[in-house]
Amino acid sequence: MRGRDATVVMTSPQGVGARLGFRLVGVEIRVEGLVMTYGDVRAVDDVSFTVAPGEFFGLLGPNGAGKTTTLEMIEGLRKPQSGSVRIDDHEPWRREPALQRRMGVQLQSSSFFERLTAREQLDTFGALYGVAAGRTDEMLEQVGLVDKAGVRTEDLSGGQKQRLSIACALIHDPEVVFLDEPTAALDPQARRNLWDVLRTINASGRTVVLTTHHMDEAEVLCDRVAIMDAGRILELDTPAALVRGLDAPVRISLAPGTLSVDDARAIAGGDPVTADDQGTTITTREPSRVLTALAQRDALDGLSVKGASLEDVFLELTGREYRA
Amino acid sequence: MKPFTSLARAMLKGFFRDKMAFFFAVIFPLMFLVLFGGIFTDQGASRTDVIQVGSVPVLDEAPKEVKAYLDESLDITRSSDEKDAVQKVRKGDADAVISQDGDRLVVRYSQADQVKAATVQGTFQSIVQSVNLAQTGEAPRFTLTTDRVEDDSLKSIQYYTPGLMGWAIASGATFGAATNLVVWRRNGLLRRLRLAPIPTRSVVLARVAVSIAIAIVQAAIFLGVGIGLFGLRLTGSWPMIIPLLVCGTLAFMAIGLLAGAVAKSEEAAVGIANFVVLPMAFLSGSFFPLDGAPGYVTAISKVLPLKHLNDGMLDTMVRGEGPSSAIVPMLVLLGFAVVVTAIASRLFRWDD
Ligand SMILES: Nc1ncnc2c1ncn2[C@@H]1O[C@H](COP(=O)(O)OP(=O)(O)OP(=O)(O)O)[C@@H](O)[C@H]1O
Ligand SMILES: [Mg+2]
Repeated sequence: MRGRDATVVMTSPQGVGARLGFRLVGVEIRVEGLVMTYGDVRAVDDVSFTVAPGEFFGLLGPNGAGKTTTLEMIEGLRKPQSGSVRIDDHEPWRREPALQRRMGVQLQSSSFFERLTAREQLDTFGALYGVAAGRTDEMLEQVGLVDKAGVRTEDLSGGQKQRLSIACALIHDPEVVFLDEPTAALDPQARRNLWDVLRTINASGRTVVLTTHHMDEAEVLCDRVAIMDAGRILELDTPAALVRGLDAPVRISLAPGTLSVDDARAIAGGDPVTADDQGTTITTREPSRVLTALAQRDALDGLSVKGASLEDVFLELTGREYRA
Repeated sequence: MKPFTSLARAMLKGFFRDKMAFFFAVIFPLMFLVLFGGIFTDQGASRTDVIQVGSVPVLDEAPKEVKAYLDESLDITRSSDEKDAVQKVRKGDADAVISQDGDRLVVRYSQADQVKAATVQGTFQSIVQSVNLAQTGEAPRFTLTTDRVEDDSLKSIQYYTPGLMGWAIASGATFGAATNLVVWRRNGLLRRLRLAPIPTRSVVLARVAVSIAIAIVQAAIFLGVGIGLFGLRLTGSWPMIIPLLVCGTLAFMAIGLLAGAVAKSEEAAVGIANFVVLPMAFLSGSFFPLDGAPGYVTAISKVLPLKHLNDGMLDTMVRGEGPSSAIVPMLVLLGFAVVVTAIASRLFRWDD
């Protein structure tokens, strides 16, 4: 047993801590003035943030924003050209085994030993972290690969590989988990299953940092998100605060034929109205006034109300146009 | 210890499940052994193929002691068709036609194969002399005793097994290390292992252990086939091949690591490894002896690690030299390993 009480908790699946109802102390990450350039490309350009112990933190940004590079510096795969990363009081690029045992990492591309089965991969990674053999079965169970245990990784589907890669990252029940686009290839069920796994891990006090292109995922999972572009952090806050800060109008849509366009215009009172064969949509900053008027006309059939989402914040910040 | 063994196990499984890698490391060199063993198998002890036309009293009524020599050196078939027999010799189907005309023994042979021609002449020269001597009834005053200096001139298998084994071990170690490095760098496993709480040295040592294990398997199969199928006979200090193949594996792993560090793709790594190992195998006498090679070839061969590995193997396995004959080759191989590893580690990258 290592000295920390946190590691005592770690020896058990799902964390005895979670079951006994106490939380880990967790791990704090402090990032200050990180810079990484490749030739002329400033992949990461003066990035600073702090992830609190036990926090669920998201890094969002378009392709090439610098998420992976930032994460790699935090994990200790790259030494920052300038700036610093501290995980508790360790500098990760020094690769201290004591810190690495507490870190779980899933890299953006799955990397496995050639020609080993799912079970053998987990056994091997487990042995590298000094984990008891029984852990493999739990992890297979957790990521839904029990019936693929004997299949070689080359023969797994993309999403199954990704699940195995996540299982390999979690095999030693780490205190802090870094996941680079963990849900990129997953089907909706597997995605939700992974959300549950990550929530459970986080609920027991473990710090989780992930990158994702799914805004709904970030909104559901993350305590706070950083939106990056071109190597810089544009915004950093809770998803709710970011959406509120956008102060975006609400879109109220009605099924086709519920209301004539003229009536809609009258109710909208100057707010934009669009109509197509999907229905009629009023975009307004006074949803209560519009909804009251609609109710008075008994025109609530097929009604849907959509507020702004994190996706709107993201597009607002990083631009809507596609960049090759 | 646990990370080391689990890594080694993972690598070994990966190797034995890779049918192509297994084929090229074990079966392919073995095919050469079977091929060479089959082609050259009774070269040293081959008997002269003689067609006897009519009665040849020199042979038929030879005294006992001459008879024994005849049986050992001649393979006689009889024929009554002299023309046909001569034609056979011309075509190389037989080595000589022999007939007797009074007191003259007539030997007709083909000059096409000069070695054979010389053997035929020599053989019958001595037969005639022996018979003449026997006729006089005197005990011979001088006798000749011949004894071969080396085992490898006795049977070609003695020569080819160590050489082909050296080549197999060299290419196994080189290709294994080169492709392992490139594949793991490209699929990101090197980076992933870098984040695991294990020292880099356990990854390297695991690879070394696996390569040595593969080399031992190769050697065991080679010796098994050589002894079992082709009558290979090992001389006293043959167990020295184990430390030799450990040193050889280290030297060629270093070459493989260098190839893997330089190459961007697996194909390139295999290409570079081939480019280095195959010419080296020729120049180190793995496929044929360098006895007749020009001076510059033997000069080049002296700086090639495979030449030293082959020499060490030959000396200890079949030439009957003592264990100390392996020391110089081992030192050369280790020195080579140190220098090349140092270069490879300077060029090493964790990722692309
Ligand atoms: N090894 C490298 N050599 C050169 N340039 C690199 C390297 N790695 C990344 N870059 C560049 O750095 C920038 C940031 O890359 P990074 O991988 O961090 O982006 P990302 O936000 O993770 O993108 P994605 O969403 O596509 O994964 C990109 O412009 C990329 O081209
Ligand atoms: Mg990325």
